[in-house]
Amino acid sequence: MPETLGTREVKPPLLGVSGVEVRYGAIQALRGVSLSVGQGDVVALIGANGAGKTSTLRAVSGMLKPTAGTVQLAGQDITGQPAHTLVGKGMAHAPEGRGIFPNLTVLENLELGAYLRSDKAGIAQDLERMYGFFPVLRERQAQLAGTLSGGEQQMLAISRALMSRPKLLLLDEPSLGLAPQVTQTIFRILREVNAQGVSILLVEQNAHLALGLAHWAYVLETGAIVMEGTGQALLASDDVRKAYLGE
Amino acid sequence: MAGLLQHLINGLAEGTIYALVALGYTMVYGVLKLINFAHGDVMMVGAYVGYAAAFVLGDGALGSLWGAVLVFLVSILFCGLLGWLVERFAYRPLREKPRLTALITAIGISFTLSYGFQLKVQPEIAGKKVTLLPGADPRTFPEIITPAEWVTLHVPAPAPAPDEVDPAAPHDAADDFVEIIIWNWQVISFVIALALMGGLQVLVFRTKFGRAMRAVSHDHRVAALLGIPVDRVIALTFMLGSALAACAGILYAIKDTLIQPMLGVQLGLKAFVAAVIGGIGNVQGAVLGAVALALCEELVVGYASSSWRDAVAFGFLIVVLLLRPQGLLGRVQAEKV
Amino acid sequence: MLRTTSTLVVAGAACALASWLFASSQFFALQASLVGVAVILAVSLNLINGITGQFSIGHGGFMGVGAYVGVVTSSLLTQFQLLPGAPQVVSDQLVLLIALATGGLAAGTMGFLVGLPSLRLKGDYLAIVTLGFGEIIRVAIQNTKEIASDELKLVQAQGIGAELAYRVTHLGRATGLSQIPQLTSFGMVWFWVFVVVMVTRRILGSPHGRALLAIREDEVAAEAMGVDTTGYKVRAFAVASFFAGVAGALFAHFQAIITPAQFDFVKSTEIVVFIVAGGLGSTSGAVVSAMALTLLPEVMRSLFGGFNVEQIRKPLFGLLLVVIMLTRPQGLFGTHELWDLGKRKKRPA
Repeated sequence: MPETLGTREVKPPLLGVSGVEVRYGAIQALRGVSLSVGQGDVVALIGANGAGKTSTLRAVSGMLKPTAGTVQLAGQDITGQPAHTLVGKGMAHAPEGRGIFPNLTVLENLELGAYLRSDKAGIAQDLERMYGFFPVLRERQAQLAGTLSGGEQQMLAISRALMSRPKLLLLDEPSLGLAPQVTQTIFRILREVNAQGVSILLVEQNAHLALGLAHWAYVLETGAIVMEGTGQALLASDDVRKAYLGE
Repeated sequence: MAGLLQHLINGLAEGTIYALVALGYTMVYGVLKLINFAHGDVMMVGAYVGYAAAFVLGDGALGSLWGAVLVFLVSILFCGLLGWLVERFAYRPLREKPRLTALITAIGISFTLSYGFQLKVQPEIAGKKVTLLPGADPRTFPEIITPAEWVTLHVPAPAPAPDEVDPAAPHDAADDFVEIIIWNWQVISFVIALALMGGLQVLVFRTKFGRAMRAVSHDHRVAALLGIPVDRVIALTFMLGSALAACAGILYAIKDTLIQPMLGVQLGLKAFVAAVIGGIGNVQGAVLGAVALALCEELVVGYASSSWRDAVAFGFLIVVLLLRPQGLLGRVQAEKV
Repeated sequence: MLRTTSTLVVAGAACALASWLFASSQFFALQASLVGVAVILAVSLNLINGITGQFSIGHGGFMGVGAYVGVVTSSLLTQFQLLPGAPQVVSDQLVLLIALATGGLAAGTMGFLVGLPSLRLKGDYLAIVTLGFGEIIRVAIQNTKEIASDELKLVQAQGIGAELAYRVTHLGRATGLSQIPQLTSFGMVWFWVFVVVMVTRRILGSPHGRALLAIREDEVAAEAMGVDTTGYKVRAFAVASFFAGVAGALFAHFQAIITPAQFDFVKSTEIVVFIVAGGLGSTSGAVVSAMALTLLPEVMRSLFGGFNVEQIRKPLFGLLLVVIMLTRPQGLFGTHELWDLGKRKKRPA
């Protein structure tokens, strides 16, 4: 059992992961990961490189098939279902490395985020919402996405994921390679998005940032969860400070 | 001058047919990164299905608009189905395997089709001989469009050298002009090809499906994360390419009047070369490369020797690969590690 | 070095002996030669497609270069008494050897020239360029003239330079080049089979071979480790083309007539089928499947007499490729070798 710090506020469950294992050939990347995200939660996954953070997200969003364990979304079993069917069930995943389409325009990228929706008015409204979050995207909407800066691409990746109106947003390293100021903007918007009712499962190298935002957080080590707790409690923990905050 | 004009007209007519086939190569390469060697053979099948459809319709329907439309439709449907089958059962199982695996499979399918069609299978069903496979001999494609001159141009003839002119002979006005004939089928073929290309352009760049196609082409894993049904997009791309190939097959048959089982290999290779010249994966590039290649060939035939025609494409290809490996309109893409 | 030479001598002697023993059976000699040529082609193409991980589909073109250059050479040389006093068999085999060498060198040079630009590029470009090369060779030969015997006599009177010039511009167009000196003995064929297998094994066992394997496994990583990937690829390609040329020259010298169609895309694909069925990267696989698939039509002919085997062989080859890729993409042997069977199994990395 992982060590638990602090007490978790009880919320109706949105995502439930239990005992998930993932293998890449002979290598076992995840050895029985269990975690949960409640409705309206921001949950952070922190850990060193290669601990299995990205694999966990991929197993949740259907990019990887778990070899064992189950994944439930809003009470429905979605284990091993192909990625493209999960968007319709309320999940959006902004993958590692942003995954924007460089040869498509910014607007086309955003429209692809709403691929499964057909409510034109709603899409237009959401587009405005994204432009409200990140005004620079409006200025660049006709530009090819490949010409954006790293920070703008990250904004685009997050906005594109939000265009499907997800209940749960999976984010993989949104701060990677970005200037501190840009990172701050992005995290401010994430807080706002969460306040509007979107739950977030966040993988982040920058433990300080992640724990500051998260209601609840898990620490992954070599494919297993070793500790969990409220963001504040983990920030205060000596072990976490030594290992992940460089103090 | 007159000769050049005639060559330009021929080259343009030929180029639009190459372009229709080249588009299929480029689209499939776009979504799968696969050189679909069997694509040319799908075109050949399209020509044969058109032949069979015209044959079944009989002489009564030939030359009528509805007859021609029916011939095209049957062939498009058949080839679309063939493209779907090939993708579903030969390429899809190999999608996560090394790329060479699918390439070899494609060569295998090309071989099976082009040599399979050289077999003659004519079983007797209910007392009637039914041809299932046509055999290697060329067949004359029925005239689904009755040939007629669309326009005849009179172009000034080059003045004869002074020592060739016989001063005693009376001047004949007919010698001052050379006739250039543009046939109705050349125009129809050109218009159909242009309409198809325009339609494709709209589809790829102005519709939701086109956006999905381009997304899959860039990264099918990310595309799936956005809810795009990648398998279906790829299957539809194949069917679309095959349908274009079917049209190209019939247009080619109308132009050349003879069809034979190897025509797909020959024309397919050239169309593929055209796609690479234009920048593989690039829709406008395929059209540009095809027209450029056809014009080059036509000029070589006109001013050098027709027997070198088939070497032009590959000579052109090697020059382009040396000078501009990404093709005329292609973008340089960093190798993914 | 000494060991290599002595193995070669022993192999040569064994092949010569076998040639002499079975010379009486025309059928056997023909089949053995056909099989041997197929094996040389398969083993050499495997060096490019299997071991270096590139993809050529123009091996037939290089075979054709070797065939035509070889025939021109031997046609010139058979007029002379190269070894005064030696028996006819010996001088014939000497002429053949020279023809094989020139054919092989011509094809190897072509391989170098074709490989240099196309192997710089990554991906499937080699496939297209080799395919195009094969087509250009075919078209070029079709643009030569046919030999007229009265013309030839006139030219021969003007000396060997004039005859050479005449012969290279008169390769018989699409109809074919005939009156080829029938010099190939199946002993010579199998001697070259032995050579190509040995050379491949030697390359694989050397640092050069490890570089090729590194390129196959991960070209970018190989480059990052300092492997001159283009250089290695081009050299491997030139060596493989050399052997294709030798195979072509061997093939030509037991044919009544050679035509460009014998060395076209279809031939190239056949060789690809051999190595894919045997297992890309496995020399033993290439040998075994080239033998089996070359003899298969013969076996089928004797089993179902009267049936048109030649016609259904090609579509069958196509289907075979598809079925192998879908069910057993690693082929018969994978990347394993017969001679490794005794050894302890290596652990997969």
